[in-house]
Amino acid sequence: MAIEARNVTKRFGDFLALDDVSISVESGSLTGLLGPSGSGKSTLLRVIAGLETPDTGEVFISGKEATAVAPQKRGVGFVFQHYAPFTHMTVWDNIAFGLSIRRRPKEEIHARVTELLELVQLNGLGKRYPSQLSGGQRQRMALARALAAEPELLLLDEPFGALDARVRKELREWLLRLHDEMHVTTIFVTHDQEEALEVADNVVVMNAGRVEQVAPPRELYDHPANPFVMSFVGPVNRLGEAWVRPHDIEITHEPNGVAQEAQVERIVRLGFEVRVDLVRDDGERLHVQLTRNEAEVLELAPSDIVYVRTRVERTFSENGEPTRPAPSSVS
Amino acid sequence: MPGARKRALGTPALGSGLALGYLSIIVLVPLAAVAAKAADGGWHHFWQVAWNPESRAALELTFELAGGVVAINAVTGTALAWTLVRDEFPGKRFVNTLIDLPFALPTIVAGLTLLALYGPTGGIGVDVAYTRWGVLMALLFVTLPFVVRTVQPVLIELDRDMEEAAASLGAGRFTVFRRIVFPHLLPALLSGVTLAFARAIGEFGAVILIAGNLPFKTEVASLYVFEHINSDDPTGASALAMLMLVISFGLLLAVGALRRWATRHDR
Ligand SMILES: Nc1ncnc2c1ncn2[C@@H]1O[C@H](COP(=O)(O)OP(=O)(O)O)[C@@H](O)[C@H]1O
Repeated sequence: MAIEARNVTKRFGDFLALDDVSISVESGSLTGLLGPSGSGKSTLLRVIAGLETPDTGEVFISGKEATAVAPQKRGVGFVFQHYAPFTHMTVWDNIAFGLSIRRRPKEEIHARVTELLELVQLNGLGKRYPSQLSGGQRQRMALARALAAEPELLLLDEPFGALDARVRKELREWLLRLHDEMHVTTIFVTHDQEEALEVADNVVVMNAGRVEQVAPPRELYDHPANPFVMSFVGPVNRLGEAWVRPHDIEITHEPNGVAQEAQVERIVRLGFEVRVDLVRDDGERLHVQLTRNEAEVLELAPSDIVYVRTRVERTFSENGEPTRPAPSSVS
Repeated sequence: MPGARKRALGTPALGSGLALGYLSIIVLVPLAAVAAKAADGGWHHFWQVAWNPESRAALELTFELAGGVVAINAVTGTALAWTLVRDEFPGKRFVNTLIDLPFALPTIVAGLTLLALYGPTGGIGVDVAYTRWGVLMALLFVTLPFVVRTVQPVLIELDRDMEEAAASLGAGRFTVFRRIVFPHLLPALLSGVTLAFARAIGEFGAVILIAGNLPFKTEVASLYVFEHINSDDPTGASALAMLMLVISFGLLLAVGALRRWATRHDR
């Protein structure tokens, strides 16, 4: 199911939550809405689900105008940030809800719920109440519930926000597999750029109610459309007018004519990745990312004097447009 | 250690002893006195005075009216609570305050007001004085706050996400209410109607004027008791009171069981 939002604006009182937002989501894709908290991601998701009516603009579902269609008629599965379990129903009844209100035959409901419990790895927990589940289990129950009536569009609001890091990672991978198997058009909201880059095949970056860029993760990272995207998607160093990724900085022990002197301030080893904080002789601070091998070869220690050179740096014009990246320039 | 924790949260023996002692002095001892009074002339005599055509009519009318009060309050009370929580309208605070007024008024004054308004000289064209409708009106007046005030806080606390989730799963407004909202209101609603029921059974002040006390027509149990005390028949009065107590206690137990069932997911 393809989704399109055209020039959607939504105000809450004086606050402009969505400011002329247009996005287009391809059928079968897995799209991430990424942005800082309060940037309007959830509001956009709720507009698409019909839980919020936009002040102006239209929503198209499968090419049909659907702005005023009630949420229950949109064929959308929505997973809420806090899962919104029906606390007075068992896990089984929660998952069966969408089917039972459609008055599907008993056998069909039984078969479908059994299948879904299996899919979300909650076999044997059907008789429990949501209050007797862990956070991760509740999350999976909410997913199963949303999938039960076979929606053509799955909307997830910060699906992994409230879970601890390990469970998050598991669920992310699980969501990816699920999407590969079911090919249901999926849009999820996240404020975590790593999550967006890892899971989505297309990312919509939002800021202050506006869309900053829509692109596949790789392109977003390599060709950010403006300074906001550059700094929000991935770590970055700001050197005067230029922006440089930490892994685009080379450290050597020899000046080689073009490199600039700097002093090592701090070294943090995170498994495979090594982060080095430096202060250049002109006082600018730099964060550099090395692989463990690179770091071992260099044998760095705090307060060492080294030479740095940027491999790729980006500049943006006054109006935020990227100017051509200048590889291997000296700063 | 879960055991130790449980003990720490439980009530110390002294506390529960005090609570039970208090309950005995305030409730059980007087009840026992009523029972003793009723049993003055032995079991056979008890039945004779408790179960005669007039007392039966009074009991039937009382429980019928209380049933009506429960049914009407369940609907209007929930609707009022809903409006006060979910809707915005001018004067909402004023209306919210109005709800408690029947509690603030001495019930005999309420009865007087109702008689003046709905009586033969009422001037609004409704004359329900000395009829069962009049008694019902009086009972509805004094029981109005119960359901509203028990359901309202639950409605305020209710997670709106659940309703939105149900809607996104295909439920229309009525289905959302029936399958999601109502089950959550049910325990509070049961508490509210139980209180209203108890009040309706025992109400005296608000009904005495408007009922006019016509045996077999508007004589409810409390009026029956009053009349029999006045006509120097305390045994007959206590006997009927005993019967009412037993029936009410049975009903309260049943409501308790229903409540436990309605809140099964909380344990
Ligand atoms: N129902 C509402 N009433 C008032 N303000 C709201 C409402 N919903 C969202 N907002 C405001 O709109 C802004 C955007 O919210 P949201 O879409 O949830 O952002 P995000 O999901 O990016 O964190 C926030 O500042 C929030 O306070």
